[in-house]
Amino acid sequence: MNRSVRLHPKARLQRDEVRGREVLLYPEGLVGLNPTGAEILALCDGARSLAEIVATLERRYGVSGLEPDVAAFLDGLAAKGLVLYGP
Amino acid sequence: MDPKPLWLLAELTYKCPLQCPYCSNPLDFAGPRFKRELSTDEWCRVFREAKALGVLQLGLSGGEPTLRPDLEQLVRTAHELGLYTSLITSAYRLTRERLAALKAAGLDHVQISIQGADADLSDEIAGTASYRDKIAAYHYTRELGFPLTVNVVLHRRNLHQVEAMIRLAESLGAERIELANTQFYGWALHNRDALMPTKAQLAAAWQVVERERARLGTTLEIVWVLPDYHEQFPKPCMGGWARAYMTVTPAGEVWPCHAAGRITTLTFENVREHPLDWIWERSEAFNRFRGDQWMPEPCRSCPRKAQDFGGCRCQAFLVAGDAALTDPVCSLSPHRHLIDAALAAEREPEEWTYRAAPASRTLAASPPDPLSAVRRGGTE
Repeated sequence: MNRSVRLHPKARLQRDEVRGREVLLYPEGLVGLNPTGAEILALCDGARSLAEIVATLERRYGVSGLEPDVAAFLDGLAAKGLVLYGP
Repeated sequence: MDPKPLWLLAELTYKCPLQCPYCSNPLDFAGPRFKRELSTDEWCRVFREAKALGVLQLGLSGGEPTLRPDLEQLVRTAHELGLYTSLITSAYRLTRERLAALKAAGLDHVQISIQGADADLSDEIAGTASYRDKIAAYHYTRELGFPLTVNVVLHRRNLHQVEAMIRLAESLGAERIELANTQFYGWALHNRDALMPTKAQLAAAWQVVERERARLGTTLEIVWVLPDYHEQFPKPCMGGWARAYMTVTPAGEVWPCHAAGRITTLTFENVREHPLDWIWERSEAFNRFRGDQWMPEPCRSCPRKAQDFGGCRCQAFLVAGDAALTDPVCSLSPHRHLIDAALAAEREPEEWTYRAAPASRTLAASPPDPLSAVRRGGTE
């Protein structure tokens, strides 16, 4: 929860104008993102921890209990080597 | 919804200092069809039109793309457009300074081929002494902070080195290694008998891949491109004809894949005469095998058609003689025996033809015969 989260340097978050969505681009591949996914990744700046990302989103939307979903989303990308935890 | 392309492979030139006998470039790459290369401005226009059409991933390939003196400018334009740009290179005589300039221009990712795990074999297969340059370039790439893919085309002469290749990629700190079993198009089809691996070789290599994947996890992604002749069902070639992918050749022809130009029954349009969106959406060649209406049996009623799209149109043309047939690799295809014959063909130690301009001109001068490879397989 307290480790910082960042995108792997090989990955790039970008707008896909033609399809009206954000995408995560990386060597020989891409992941299409829904608005929530894009918002989470925009917060993965290498400074914030998972707890801080969750807190930011919960404040922004006035909700609670987002942690399991956010963690599952980031773990999925970490398993593909696209998100890194820790310093 | 109409499909929009995600991928553009820009084949900037067919000139190449290497002579790999499995090259996917057309046999007649040195001929008039590919002679008049697109200018810098023309390529930049292609990139803009591709981005507007939906392309997000750009591969700069060839031939050897670093032979284009305007490569930095092409990369800069692609980067400004927001394309994720990969350089696909042999790294022959590629200097640290050039790579640094490409990094500054916005290049995202570098893929460097290697032909074998050691200098002797790699240089023999490449037909050009290039191993030393490749190793140097791998290190420059890492020093400059590029993500790195090591690409190896696998065949009978180098499959025994798969473990050493993976160890090499690991020691270099590469993100990915692509172990691409030879697909039989272009020069590879011409040299098929000399390149075809045995079942035992493939089984041993696959065992290594499984073991190394378990050991390396996400440290090094190991991509294994299936040896499709040895499979029971065809590959989902390009994710379906004209669904997500296109290739622009050095002289501006647009193909749904980098082998499609060999299908002589189709006419391919050129970016010099039409905008890319017209070619993608309207041209006869792109629409001919889009969707599943074109499919014959056994594809038409097959539940796998949404999965493999009938396989590869080029393979149907090159092996079975008609691009509108089921991929002959499919065990349900009435032409599967042609693939089996190629697998069973007597394989005496055989010379291959290196991919080089003189050989290209000689081969192009002989009349086109899509079934010649089959006949060499000894079935007709």
